[in-house]
Amino acid sequence: MNILVFVKRVPDTESRIRINPQTRSIVEEGINFIISPFDEYAVEEALRLKEAKGGSVTVVTVGPDEATATLKKGLAMGADEAVLIKDDLKETYDGLRVARIIAAFVAKKHPGADLLLFGKQSVGADNSQVPSMAAELLGWPQANVVTKLEIEGGQGVARREIEGATERVAFSLPAVVSAQKGLNEPRYETLKGIMAAKRKVIPVVTLAELGLTNDDVAPQVDVVAMELPAARKAGAIIPGLPEEAAKKLVELLRQDAKVI
Amino acid sequence: MILVFIETREGKVKKSSLETLGEAKRRAAELGLRVAAVIAGASVDCFDPDIYARGADAVFLLENPALAQYSAQGFAIALHALVVDLKPAAVFIAATEMGKDLAPRLAARLGVAVASDCTKVEVKDGRLLYTRPVYAGKAYLSIRLKATPQVATLRPNVFPLFSVPGAAGEVVKRAAAIPDDAVKGRVVEVVKGAAEELDVTEAAVIVSGGRGMKAPENFVLLKELAAAIPRAAVGASRSAVDSGWIGHEHQVGQTGKTVSPSLYMAFGISGAIQHLAGMSSSKVIVAVNKDPEAPIFKVADYGIVGDLFQVIPALKDELKKAFAE
Repeated sequence: MNILVFVKRVPDTESRIRINPQTRSIVEEGINFIISPFDEYAVEEALRLKEAKGGSVTVVTVGPDEATATLKKGLAMGADEAVLIKDDLKETYDGLRVARIIAAFVAKKHPGADLLLFGKQSVGADNSQVPSMAAELLGWPQANVVTKLEIEGGQGVARREIEGATERVAFSLPAVVSAQKGLNEPRYETLKGIMAAKRKVIPVVTLAELGLTNDDVAPQVDVVAMELPAARKAGAIIPGLPEEAAKKLVELLRQDAKVI
Repeated sequence: MILVFIETREGKVKKSSLETLGEAKRRAAELGLRVAAVIAGASVDCFDPDIYARGADAVFLLENPALAQYSAQGFAIALHALVVDLKPAAVFIAATEMGKDLAPRLAARLGVAVASDCTKVEVKDGRLLYTRPVYAGKAYLSIRLKATPQVATLRPNVFPLFSVPGAAGEVVKRAAAIPDDAVKGRVVEVVKGAAEELDVTEAAVIVSGGRGMKAPENFVLLKELAAAIPRAAVGASRSAVDSGWIGHEHQVGQTGKTVSPSLYMAFGISGAIQHLAGMSSSKVIVAVNKDPEAPIFKVADYGIVGDLFQVIPALKDELKKAFAE
């Protein structure tokens, strides 16, 4: 199986976000960037499929040179190859733009791919758009938010999470699958893997090479403002023994806050 | 026109779709537009007439045997044809798991971007302006979409229902054309979770547990507490989930679910930044923690410093009394 895993460089979930109001974007100085956590499940699943069925795993990212660190993580986990699709535009929050780049990359460079794996969303833009959009642009089926995946003879069955239930989605390959927490337990990089990843030459593909014009990749999302949420104020600590405090709390929730 | 996709499960319309319909109606009124709802299925013989009271001026029933089970491909093909025909200014879809699966597929077919998981929709200078959380709510973007139609998904539990009792509208049946070989993946089975368990994204009240719950069996206390409150669900912090105390579908936070209930009660949750991001848009927050310095108290409207194993049973009794009245 020829598997492509698409990963993204995002701010660590422990990061405090600061905003530059002029550029309407986050301040990157001082932020530690990581591979988006859901992408780790996607890389792990690709490696397990390869171990079971043979083939190759290529990790791919769309981003600036700095995103190479994210690819190295995938290589250190055990991916065979990595590719940087170079895109110097800062976060546009436009999933269609990225999906167009990915679909063009797959069509041009990996037309024989069997499976595209993604995280269910990037922890940041939180769009949950790119997997479905790439699937549509390629004309492939999709299974998103997947916690179990079985592939056999050109067919796949995925367990997908919905509200209070799961769905079994059956599909034919090639297909797009996005990973949810619970799909597997991602492995740690080994020292050997880290050393190999360091030495690995990562090819760079440009948007022009993929035949994409400026019009194709012009963002359709116009960010008018970016703001921090209104700060919450610390409220009242309710004193007293547990029974008294509980009674007072219920009273406050009913009469003051009116939420129950 | 604003077109609203109505999600049905077992023939029932999802509440979040009606919330989305309501918001479409309010914004359409400002823009001088009509609102049409669309329901897709193999044959949509009956639907809730309440849909007119909830904001629809017209209802389109899209029918094809291939729409009997949900498939992103089949639904996107059917909706795409309707959108091309009706030329709405915008298409609104509730940001449920189905909505988040379908909207981007439909949008890519239309060649347009999506405003995902919006928590506010306004009309400014005669155009729609969407506000949506990013970084799980650590920041909010206000965005405009440049292409037409505009496709937006609206977060469940945020927008109020619209109500005009007794309203009526027109029904239009449409056969959807879906080529035989076009749908290469579909839902073949829906497996229900624990009986009557509500998802945290749809709950009005969330009772959530963290490391302070100490052991997996103690989550029973939270399940009992949730059972004493209408439309309540059990949530959890990442550390509780990663300790294997409760399933990840309960996780609230940046690598779990972002929630906006009316009431969020955090028990034994210290308040790591990635957890706070996921629940800070709750209307009212209650924290119960034995550590008075826990960061969760900085965002809580009401706090109790104490032993959650004493507070939870007392709270359950008081709530039962309150709801019995």
